[in-house]
Amino acid sequence: MVTMITTTHGDMDEALLEKKTGEVNNDQEYTTWVEYWLKGELVHRSAHIALKKGIEIFGEVANLGA
Amino acid sequence: MANTTAMCTSFKKELLNGSHALGTQATNSVRTVTTKDTFNGALYLVTATINSTTEVYSATGELAATGNYTAKGALLTNATVPSTTGTTAFWTPSASLVWTNLTSSGAFDAVLIINNKSTSGGAELAVSVNTFGSQSITAGTLTLTMPTNDATTGLIRLA
Repeated sequence: MVTMITTTHGDMDEALLEKKTGEVNNDQEYTTWVEYWLKGELVHRSAHIALKKGIEIFGEVANLGA
Repeated sequence: MANTTAMCTSFKKELLNGSHALGTQATNSVRTVTTKDTFNGALYLVTATINSTTEVYSATGELAATGNYTAKGALLTNATVPSTTGTTAFWTPSASLVWTNLTSSGAFDAVLIINNKSTSGGAELAVSVNTFGSQSITAGTLTLTMPTNDATTGLIRLA
């Protein structure tokens, strides 16, 4: 089965391309990316960024008559 | 110049002013918010400076509106109302942001959440900034998945 990849040159057969992948995994995110290269030219790059944590603020109430 | 993860300080004040409706309010004989606001996630270049002092949306430093990216980014799906666990209230968009067939105008590392329905000087109010490792997209798909919607990881949490 032929897998087609969207590239800067239109859809191309994955078999004709060099594939590179990578990931970032830390406290804030888990990110994966995939690149496809054609004869040294980057023709496709996708990424999936999964945020692990949002932002927290703390509400405070002052003491009356302190 | 750098982008910094933060809840926008102006957003905190605007919460006290009732300027943001992340969900709808239950029936209230005095005042009822029957329509919640809509929010966008806009992407910013690594060369931008968005942080806690960001008060409203600005195109400065945003990805250019090319390569299937449009100004102000994409609409966030907001199907889950704010909730609480223990003493912490939290809210998280209910679906990932997805751009298909995208070619970014440069490397980016931040998403700015803006309120489409509440403005100042004609510009959408800023909610928060979330940063991540620098990325660029070429004729590809960017998926930005939100954190788990709970009291310890939700996108917006008030403890």
